[in-house]
Amino acid sequence: MTQGTQSIHRETFVLNLGPQHPATHGVLRIKLTMDGEYIEDAEPVIGYGHRMQEKMGENRSYAKYLPNTARLDYVAAMFNTHGYVCAVERLAGIAVPERAEFIRVITAELNRVASHLLWVGAFLVDLGGFTPLLYTFDDREQILDLLEATTGARLTFCYYRFGGVCNDIDDDFVAGTRKFIAHLRSRMPMYHAFITKNIIFRKRCEEIAVISAETCRKFGATGPVIRGSGVAYDVRKLEPYSVYPRFNFNVPVYPEGDCMARYRVRMDEIEESLRILEQALDQLPGGPVMAEKVPRILKPAKGDCYFNVESARGTFGVRLVSDGTDKAYRLKLRSPCFSNLSLFQECSRGLLLPDALALLGSLDLVIPDIDR
Amino acid sequence: MIPQEIIWEVVRLTLYVVGLIAFAAFNAAYLSLAERKVPALFQLRYGPKEVGPYGLLQPVADGLKLMSKQLLVQDGTDVFLFKLAPVMVIVPAVMCLAVIPFSETVSARNISLGLLAVFSFSSVHVLGTMLGGWASYNKYASIAAARVVAQNIAYEIPLLLVVVALVMATHTCNLHEIVDQQAGAFWHWNVFRFQVSPLMPVSFLLFFICMLAEANRAPFDMYEAESELVAGAFTEYSGMGFGLFFIAEYANIVVGCSMATVLFLGGWHCPFGLLPGLHWFLIKLYVLCFCVIWVRWSFPRTQFYTLLNLSWKLLIPLAFINLVLTAVMLKIFG
Amino acid sequence: MWNYLKEIWLGTYSLMVGMWITLRLTFHRPVTVQYPYQTLKLPARFRGHVQLPLDANGKPKCVACMACARACPSNCITMEGHKPEGATRRELSKYTLDFTTCSLCGLCVESCNFDALEFSKDYNLASLDKGDYVMDLLKPAGKEQPK
Repeated sequence: MTQGTQSIHRETFVLNLGPQHPATHGVLRIKLTMDGEYIEDAEPVIGYGHRMQEKMGENRSYAKYLPNTARLDYVAAMFNTHGYVCAVERLAGIAVPERAEFIRVITAELNRVASHLLWVGAFLVDLGGFTPLLYTFDDREQILDLLEATTGARLTFCYYRFGGVCNDIDDDFVAGTRKFIAHLRSRMPMYHAFITKNIIFRKRCEEIAVISAETCRKFGATGPVIRGSGVAYDVRKLEPYSVYPRFNFNVPVYPEGDCMARYRVRMDEIEESLRILEQALDQLPGGPVMAEKVPRILKPAKGDCYFNVESARGTFGVRLVSDGTDKAYRLKLRSPCFSNLSLFQECSRGLLLPDALALLGSLDLVIPDIDR
Repeated sequence: MIPQEIIWEVVRLTLYVVGLIAFAAFNAAYLSLAERKVPALFQLRYGPKEVGPYGLLQPVADGLKLMSKQLLVQDGTDVFLFKLAPVMVIVPAVMCLAVIPFSETVSARNISLGLLAVFSFSSVHVLGTMLGGWASYNKYASIAAARVVAQNIAYEIPLLLVVVALVMATHTCNLHEIVDQQAGAFWHWNVFRFQVSPLMPVSFLLFFICMLAEANRAPFDMYEAESELVAGAFTEYSGMGFGLFFIAEYANIVVGCSMATVLFLGGWHCPFGLLPGLHWFLIKLYVLCFCVIWVRWSFPRTQFYTLLNLSWKLLIPLAFINLVLTAVMLKIFG
Repeated sequence: MWNYLKEIWLGTYSLMVGMWITLRLTFHRPVTVQYPYQTLKLPARFRGHVQLPLDANGKPKCVACMACARACPSNCITMEGHKPEGATRRELSKYTLDFTTCSLCGLCVESCNFDALEFSKDYNLASLDKGDYVMDLLKPAGKEQPK
């Protein structure tokens, strides 16, 4: 604000963005204090979709909680299940067969690609371009078809089990995935020409809503948000789990910290995921997909464990405390969207309303994951 | 005793007004269908196809739905202005159509200042939209009202500068005469009139961009930005209140595209010098309308300051260069 | 100045490329499926609601061991069994699925040791009556479809 405008009597007004608003992608409400179109303060109000997921995890047995994990972040349901399953396996000391680990990586990476494709389309809708959404949906549908043929569901997969996965993948799946990799690789130049290079898109994203690495650290932001601010934080590299260390892939990092950097990180991650998929399909071993001797009613010994996975939106963590019974004593879910949203209040100050919505879109929020 | 010619003129004009309103409404109906069918082609889907063959009766269903809805008025609304605004938006759009020569014979009024009339009427709809947004007593609509004024002022300047250069070249404001000067094949059209100004194609592009912004079309639909302002200035309108805004939006597109056809693309003249007539005008008009829809579904929305920067930093200087160049060329070769 | 002009040119070029891409895809065949007229083939592993497959004698294979009811996270399976005189195994007398609470996780089918449960391929389940969703799976097939 310059000196001149400050001397005039300034009046701010409160704008309720949500809970029903086209840009919030769910029941998120943001109380904006606005000075004209400039945002002075933005207070996210969450909890409209609270389902007590953590308490549910403490009230039902380990196996019965499995379907719930797919309903946290329903756009990338594999990762939630992966985190929970790995945590229980660590607690109960179950070894997973190698083939099952490979299948887990393959399905999880397919889900990551699907999630990022959905995000690209939804982000463009936030910016007012509707057509890219339909193109990305076309590609995403092919992934969902593949996953549906294997897991039986298109969104809430519930595919992993303690000690493996519930169904083996077949040759059709392998061939279909290879075909899809080739197909998506041929589509990527189209996306870059249609979206990335588009001058209007660049003007809406470049140098808009810059988030510094410091702010990211302060608020615990993870995933593409922190990688778009120049920090190469990726659980798959730093605390490798499953069979990720066997694959050769890069962690895309862009130092700019603006919406464009977050967009580019996700576009590059799609390509890196395709690389992982290719290597995983090449190295896919035979053998069982389920560990033997997994008791039907799991009673892990007393203990406490924490397990991180790299979800499509950031670090998804599960903390489990067992008291030796068939139910968890404490379940804590660390959802990436919650931490990423907490940035919003700090970073949206002084932004124009459309820029703030670009920032909100670039954080890639899934509201049920925040509300849990 | 009233002379008979005056009675006939009144009857003729009444028929024309009815016809023009019907034309505007028909265009709104079928352009809105095109607005759903054309992007369906781009987006690898079918679009509406249930109502009537190939969905051709979809606009009828939409219209019936809008008409049967209640016009809700919120508490705190300035009711008079709220109800006046849609009328203030639709009337100027139809008035503009009255002046436009669709062919040598089909034209409601042939007045010597037709060009001026179109641009004065077309700037009134901004006022209507602003009033509608402001009277709605809704924060989103108020933001939209502020946006629409800033945007239209910014884009009227380059638009008029382009037109002034054209008037300098054609020496007339009569739309009939402007079209007559472009008689013959397509190299006689104003858009290729290089002897007047080598920048003519650029100025056509300028005109088209400004026309998009004036008609508040994507990528410049700042006052309706649905992902930011829900529905912008129309947020509180329901039923035919919204319907009138909707018709006016498409009427404005038709007016803008007609003006582009008249001023730059030779009006009713055939590109190959054959059979001039109404059909050529309509073909050119709907090709331009297709381009308007095409642009909308290809790009994201611009940011507001980018929009103003584009106008003040690029379009207005270019329009000035065009104006000066035209003046110099006319002085030397004219 | 040079950069400014270059940006204008690149910007205009990128817009033209975008319009070319949409125009080119206009000639692509639509990828959507016109749902009520065309339907997709469901994959073999499709997880619908459960049903009781019949054996060669036209009776459910179920032995009423209650494993599925115990495995269900949302307690939506209610079942009762009895042992008829002289029979070697238990038989079902009641099996209801409360579909309003079912989350289609498939844990019941997995828990079954007798292959007596399978997923239905029925997905047209919209109804105006909540009662339609309390399904009696012992009724002959085709009758439980809500209208």
